Amino acid sequence: MTDKVLMKGNEAIAEAAIKAGCRHYFGYPITPQTEIAAYMAKRMPKIGGTFLQAESELAAINMVYGVSSTGKRVMTSSSSPGIALKSEGLSYLAGADLPAFVVNVQRGGPGLGGIQPSQSDYFQATKAGGHGDFRMIVLAPASVQEMADLTIKGFELADKYRMTSMILADGTMGQMMEPVEIKDNTEIKTVDKPWAVTGTGCKREHNIINSLYLKPDELEKGNFERFEKYKKVEENETMYEEFMMDDAEICVVAFGIAARVSQNAIVEAREQGIKAGMIRPITLWPFPKKPLLAAADRVKKFISVELSMGQMIEDIELAIRCKKPVELCNRTGGMIPSPEEVLAKIKEANGGNN
Amino acid sequence: MIVFEKPKSLTDAPLHYCPGCTHGIVHRLVAQAIDELGIEGRTIGIAPVGCSVMAYDYFACDMVEASHGRAPAVATGIKRADPSKIVFTYQGDGDLASIGTAETVHSATRNENITVIFINNAIYGMTGGQMAPTSLPGQVTQTSPYGRDPKLCGYPVKVCEMLAQLEGPEYLERVAVNNVKNIKKAQAAIKKAFENQINNKGFSLVEVISSCPTNWGMTPQEALKWIDDNMIPYYPLGVYKDRSNEEEK
Repeated sequence: MTDKVLMKGNEAIAEAAIKAGCRHYFGYPITPQTEIAAYMAKRMPKIGGTFLQAESELAAINMVYGVSSTGKRVMTSSSSPGIALKSEGLSYLAGADLPAFVVNVQRGGPGLGGIQPSQSDYFQATKAGGHGDFRMIVLAPASVQEMADLTIKGFELADKYRMTSMILADGTMGQMMEPVEIKDNTEIKTVDKPWAVTGTGCKREHNIINSLYLKPDELEKGNFERFEKYKKVEENETMYEEFMMDDAEICVVAFGIAARVSQNAIVEAREQGIKAGMIRPITLWPFPKKPLLAAADRVKKFISVELSMGQMIEDIELAIRCKKPVELCNRTGGMIPSPEEVLAKIKEANGGNN
Repeated sequence: MIVFEKPKSLTDAPLHYCPGCTHGIVHRLVAQAIDELGIEGRTIGIAPVGCSVMAYDYFACDMVEASHGRAPAVATGIKRADPSKIVFTYQGDGDLASIGTAETVHSATRNENITVIFINNAIYGMTGGQMAPTSLPGQVTQTSPYGRDPKLCGYPVKVCEMLAQLEGPEYLERVAVNNVKNIKKAQAAIKKAFENQINNKGFSLVEVISSCPTNWGMTPQEALKWIDDNMIPYYPLGVYKDRSNEEEK
């Protein structure tokens, strides 16, 4: 056990990654996640690790691809426009079944957008990480403690399933300071990687890391197998948290900073006699479909609170099979909804259905 | 008695290259160097996107297939993860001098301790003969049907000359494989590029002027002559940088 320390979310990710056994970090500066690179630049040389500022996000993700090929734990981090540049590499990592840990501390878009918090890369992370058929495990922390815990979890899941796990945070999560306790590295789970390129030692056939399959039946077979693996991830790794849902009539769905704001609004709504609750997805992919569908039989309405023009709302509608109305409460472009705005939406939803 | 044998560092997989293509010669030279230096068991190769995309099937060492142009970044990751391994990339002109220019320049300026084998045949082979960054002025290709016009699409990239301006790289040499004499020089250069890495000297690149009879629209013999008549005058052979020589001076 370690003591609680006060850390920025970005720093908590960096320290947790080191505790998880990651000794290789590659990145390119971009606000609002540069603290991760700065932390790694200080720490890695002291512990025999690699910090390398790459010439571009493209180079950084391909350096990740290289390290991962050797079986070692590796990460990169960026923010929205930088993640778009990494999407080529994310697709190749998926095609070659390589584990990787990637952090997106989102900022407002599209284009160069702004540098304030956003959740508008939800589609990109959960549905369109790159070209081709593939998924990434998408983790959405809502506290600095979760930034650390989900980082360690992210490395474990990436290794276990040989795929990319991504922290989808926002500028608020990255910049805010909270007390955090980071697990000792004795608790970290590791796996054997007989597929890695470590040199044949002239003792075995050569290992090949590759995503090229020119014969369509072989490519199809690989994709089917990969999606069988994704099914297991959906069955075993879906994470969410319920808040005041036992008797809730209005169900707020929110993640990250939007969930923190919504929680305050729900407490206030309860004080005013409105039975509100929240389902907070911790994994955005796999999406917590089952608890949402179960809630659809009990609640009157859902409210999706998002820092985007409404992206997760589509997954909520699919999960509940449109059984109940889903309202959108959103701000975008770097704006964050206030608890009062969310409360007003809860009241409106409650009144509108009376 | 001289017995001709296949290097151990090549697999038995039949090469898919066109008749008269010089990739086979360069594959053999690389494998021979690996054999002679006794490093097969600790070598990791990176295949590019282009005609040699399936080099991972031909080299018997551990292999990684990279995305287009990113082989030096992938090699950087592997070498940083385990500096005891010998890491080489095998890249064509589109891969190394067009889409991957940034990765090439920056791995060179960092003096990454890797070996880069650069095949310059002045054309995109795999996609069927389009203009390459190294296509010669006036060269007719599918995407320069009236001949490469430098006014419209610029001049060829001279990779060795460009990289020689950097302080970083250890060793840059341009060779050709169009006759026995040149192949012997290429063999020595490729071996040196691996030896440099073994001796932790840093970034070593060998540019190999190669032929593409299929997409040049020539017989193999004509293609080898075209190298002498057109390629080598534009891309002079020789050592462009060798820090070990600089230190001796």
